[in-house]
Amino acid sequence: MLFLTRRATFSASHYYWNDAWSAEKNGQVFGRCANRNGHGHNYTIEVTVAGEADPVTGFVVDLKWLKDVMEREVLAAWDHRHLNLEAPEFASATLNPTTENLAIAAWKRLEPSVAAAGGARLSRVRIYETPEIFAEYRGEP
Amino acid sequence: MRAYFGRRYSLSASHRLHTEALSADQNREAYGKCNNPHGHGHNYTIEVLVGGPIDPATGFVTDLARLDSVIQARVLDRFDHANLNLDPIFANRVPTTENLCRTVFEILEGPVAPAELVQVRVEETENNFFEYSGR
Repeated sequence: MLFLTRRATFSASHYYWNDAWSAEKNGQVFGRCANRNGHGHNYTIEVTVAGEADPVTGFVVDLKWLKDVMEREVLAAWDHRHLNLEAPEFASATLNPTTENLAIAAWKRLEPSVAAAGGARLSRVRIYETPEIFAEYRGEP
Repeated sequence: MRAYFGRRYSLSASHRLHTEALSADQNREAYGKCNNPHGHGHNYTIEVLVGGPIDPATGFVTDLARLDSVIQARVLDRFDHANLNLDPIFANRVPTTENLCRTVFEILEGPVAPAELVQVRVEETENNFFEYSGR
């Protein structure tokens, strides 16, 4: 089994808020992230697929194809967007665009395309919110 | 759904790789420059990975401020700008980065609860790092 990882960057704004809570409690739990005007990050997304190298090409997947899938499924929806207001999975305001939830949402966006291509399977999505903070999802229930 | 949250911290410390189990010559043979009696230092990066379900109210696997305070109190306050060899935990344990990695895991495993400590990674330089997952 071989693991192949492709990295990309996107920039987006967000804030954290739970409508079920008072403004005071939101401030206590989320601190500066509760500012409803939002703030932003330069995110890095790492997408890892697992599979065997094709005997003809030597590729697990074609990196250009994976780049295109990431751009189409993730970056087109999130890059230079306000995640709370413009990303469909967070616009209902029932799900905070935390780094953890971004990792799961990115997985859901990418997995159908990777599965449909056959061969490699999606293994891990890791998202860095800053160089020191990241979250990842490995498809576990 | 189970997800993972990772956080990277920096600490600077000195150490000397030396064991009483070996002769002076054997120590120099085993550890080379790292056996210098006066010690030397590194800027370490400690990467802590915790796992668990995402709290539906917050969207978090773990409370970052609490995780930071645990690592600050248990690891950074203890080892940052210190001589690792002088810490009692390394009295009978050579402070290689392998052993530092395992030590940090053992120190943090209980205190980070209810988050589950999944892995500790210690980068000694840009070119080498060690990971321990508790087994």
